[in-house]
Amino acid sequence: MTMSARNLTASTPLRTPLYKRHVALGGRMVDFGGWVLPQQYTSIRDEHFAVRKVAGLFDISHMGRFKVIGDGSLEFLQSLLTNDLSRIGPGRAQYNLICNEGGGILDDLVVYWGEEDFTVVVNAANREQDLEWMRTHAPRAVEIEDRTFELALIAFQGPSAEELMPADHLDDLPYFGFRPGVVAGVEALISRTGYTGEDGFEIFVSADQVERVWDAILEKGAQSGVLPAGLGARDATRLEAALRLYGNDMDTTVNPYEAGLGWTVRLEKGAFMGRDALAKIKTDGAKRTLVGLQTAAGDIARHGASVSSHGRAVGSVTSGTHSFFLGHPIALAMVEVASLRVGETAAVDVRGREASAEVVQLPFYRGSARSAAAPAKS
Amino acid sequence: MAGRLYTKSHEWLTVDGKSATIGITDFAQSQLGDVVFLELPNAGRKLEAGESFGVVESVKAASDLYAPVSGRVAAVNDKLAGKPELINSDPYGDGWILKLDLSGEAPKDLMDEDAYKKFTETGA
Repeated sequence: MTMSARNLTASTPLRTPLYKRHVALGGRMVDFGGWVLPQQYTSIRDEHFAVRKVAGLFDISHMGRFKVIGDGSLEFLQSLLTNDLSRIGPGRAQYNLICNEGGGILDDLVVYWGEEDFTVVVNAANREQDLEWMRTHAPRAVEIEDRTFELALIAFQGPSAEELMPADHLDDLPYFGFRPGVVAGVEALISRTGYTGEDGFEIFVSADQVERVWDAILEKGAQSGVLPAGLGARDATRLEAALRLYGNDMDTTVNPYEAGLGWTVRLEKGAFMGRDALAKIKTDGAKRTLVGLQTAAGDIARHGASVSSHGRAVGSVTSGTHSFFLGHPIALAMVEVASLRVGETAAVDVRGREASAEVVQLPFYRGSARSAAAPAKS
Repeated sequence: MAGRLYTKSHEWLTVDGKSATIGITDFAQSQLGDVVFLELPNAGRKLEAGESFGVVESVKAASDLYAPVSGRVAAVNDKLAGKPELINSDPYGDGWILKLDLSGEAPKDLMDEDAYKKFTETGA
């Protein structure tokens, strides 16, 4: 058997403030975006089901967290991001994209509009690059502070998350809303956001207090079936919900319309980085689109696998896994526009042979998230 | 029956006379994560030592399986088709993969348990 090189760490990856907890819980630690994180604790299947049926607890402290501070912060973010922050206000978060001049996606992120400043949460692997990009484009009065190492971030996701959170008064917190609160006696910022398609919360808490919050959530939920969940369950649940993963489903060679994220591009808001290119792409029409594929048991189409229709190559798989919850493999594929329609059969490369794949509606699964159909359109 | 032997590609085998039982190691299953599917040869197929004879698909990746010894496939673990997770839960027991009728001698570079343990700890 050949082992995946991803398990082997050439340079020393960073540890989150919960590293000791992961090891104590039996986490199988792997390198992910420069961080050492648990692939799974017990079984991906069990952790995946916990998230879908009850709730699961994820450490997502590897994600980059910046504060944007100073006069003109709002205008600066409006000029750099594709979505329109004027559609939200303090206490609300918004899914957003950073594009380059050509309309290629540099990163996807969530912007939290706080009382005094903005917090931006970006992908771990892009943290340094995003920080440099933002600082390069920021006016003098706006400062971008990297808070990744002071703040921990955990996600408690699942249909029972609200009921099982050791915190009060969460029922009136709207989807993509956030506010300060107390979790297990610790001051935190509680956000009703996530990456699983389920209802749930992302909790920002200082790095030196996060173990207390982590332990309390697991303890309170233990009897109900709450489990700590690793990267495996996170990838499976996000893919079922058809939530895009930067680096897999999109990168700088992909524009938002191709990624199915045109709803995050607000051309009417005024000038912003990439706007002219994006306006042209919208007028001309995107050449490619993301579609959902479903294959037979065992036929897992992996990232990069070619997809064809009637003997003609039309694109390739961007993400694929086995969905324990749905009972079959699922995949996202970037294909020529109009080459594959829902209900049609495509061919996809699986371990060097052609496997049959059905084109299915996205998302593959709609969880308990309050507005999963249109995330962040608050 | 002799003790369990190990390959650098993380298969194990036990030899009983001219018959060998083959599986993947506990280390391998733990690195792979949840196994969801195995592609295996039919009984009767001849395998050369070092030859790829199948694929184990986990949630993470597809990995090739290599024959530790030469021989003819005498039996395939049918239970794995319905319960591939046996590879994870019992890699040295119910999660066995193949039985081979041996032809020729076992290669000399197979490791015993101590050597394999050292091998996985020092950079498998």
